[in-house]
Amino acid sequence: MARLVILGAGVAGHTAASFARKWLGKEHEVVVATPNSQWNWIPSNIWVGVGGMSKEDVVFSLAPVYEKVGIDYRQALALSIHPEGNKSHQKPFVTVKYTSPSKAGQTEEIEYDYLINATGPKLNFDATPGLGDGSGHVGEHTVSVCTADHALHANLELRALIEEMKKGKEAKILIGTGHGMCTCQGAAFEYIFNVEHALNEAGVRDKATITYITNEYELGDFGMGGLHIKAGGYVTSGKVFAESLYTERDVKWITRAHVNKVEKGKVHYEKLDGSKHEEEFDFAMLIPPFAGAGMKAYDKDDNDMTKKLFNPAGFMFVDADYESGIRGFENWKPSDWPKTCQNPTYKNIFAAGIAFAPPHLISKPMQSPNGTPINPTPPRTGMPSAMMGKAVANSIVDMMLGRSDTPTHTASMTEMGAACVASAGKGIFNGTAVAITMYPIIPDYDKYEYGRDLNGTFGMIGLSGHWVKHLLHHAFIWKAKLKPGWTLIPE
Amino acid sequence: MRKIVQYSQNDYTPVPSKFTVWRRTCVLWQLIQFAIINVKMTVLILKSHH
Repeated sequence: MARLVILGAGVAGHTAASFARKWLGKEHEVVVATPNSQWNWIPSNIWVGVGGMSKEDVVFSLAPVYEKVGIDYRQALALSIHPEGNKSHQKPFVTVKYTSPSKAGQTEEIEYDYLINATGPKLNFDATPGLGDGSGHVGEHTVSVCTADHALHANLELRALIEEMKKGKEAKILIGTGHGMCTCQGAAFEYIFNVEHALNEAGVRDKATITYITNEYELGDFGMGGLHIKAGGYVTSGKVFAESLYTERDVKWITRAHVNKVEKGKVHYEKLDGSKHEEEFDFAMLIPPFAGAGMKAYDKDDNDMTKKLFNPAGFMFVDADYESGIRGFENWKPSDWPKTCQNPTYKNIFAAGIAFAPPHLISKPMQSPNGTPINPTPPRTGMPSAMMGKAVANSIVDMMLGRSDTPTHTASMTEMGAACVASAGKGIFNGTAVAITMYPIIPDYDKYEYGRDLNGTFGMIGLSGHWVKHLLHHAFIWKAKLKPGWTLIPE
Repeated sequence: MRKIVQYSQNDYTPVPSKFTVWRRTCVLWQLIQFAIINVKMTVLILKSHH
């Protein structure tokens, strides 16, 4: 009997656990350790943040789902990895601390034969003074939509503001990224247009000045160096379409900005040219930068070897070319990116989703004359996370069952595409969403003139996009609950 | 009404015509678009799994 331990039960971890459990016989164990009791379909948090959905619509309890399929579920936070074991353990193990009410604070050492690190990000609010509360949580001046609870709170604040606006208040709304090194601009993009839509529906749009603030060099970069699509007889940059939408919906934008301080009703930011500015707000939703989960690693003598397993931001090393980062943007290649997501030192450890350390950015690295880096970090959420989770599970199952000594499946972001449906307002007949497909995620300028296949890269906005996003909401929650036919719904 | 200010950032961007905006929520047109998005996404998924 062998044991696979999976740390995290987000998109990557839950996908890996579900498929591993399905493919492995009952003689093998699948253990999931995650501090959360509920699974969250994060893309729909946007709608919770404007009151279009309830928290219950976007979360469900993990325990009954895992019990149904025979996954050993521990509601616990991973603290450390011991890939060589130690004096007490012959086998490698992880240390976890329980977060469930019945065992809160208790620690346990769980041995493993194979390990998947799919812990997702730590929401690093405290990277920007005032954005966090000093203890790792969102601060009092702004709101967030990163979790279902954050989104619930955001909606309460938004509704309170709308009530004031109905009485005549003129309001400044600021939405975007709360640091120069943020990723996940898509969430801010979705939220700003959903807020704009909600203000229209409440009849107070004319009372609001809405501004988008971002660390992107241009709108439409999204941490992927932007994209080009064929439209109207032209090959056109996504920047043009993004700016068009912002203009159409009367949303101002501030690009190339690093928010360096948040106060009550005001953000301070530095632009890429080094200039310093302020922007006032009555309501602000700013995305925090992401960091790794903050796990430690120890060798067999219990010496700290965290640097051997994780980069300084806390993301795990896998089969990427980490030397490529210093070769400079002009020399980056698709082959720099990982394929199997296997750790190069410990072959029984894999990382999937946000937890793996990217070799470098996708967007061009930039910094202000003051030395402040202002560039989006690489997105690796959603569809790529799920595909990595499945590929890693497939490889590990083959290795556990003795079919191979090496990973049998790959999930390289250079050979996979991404589909993104970004809501721009919820409504079965008046909603809209931007539907985008791109292939590949990591641009390849040796293979494609514009870095990506123009036949596989496409974008449109309309009601149909909203229907697709709504359909995906129900389909992926059905799949995540492992209901009949769940394997037929693709990642 | 949106106010376009000369020499400001929104003075230089293309904006959709009324017909284009109408098509975005025209149910018949959007049913066709819905089919197209699904085909595009299916092709993408098939290309992406290795």
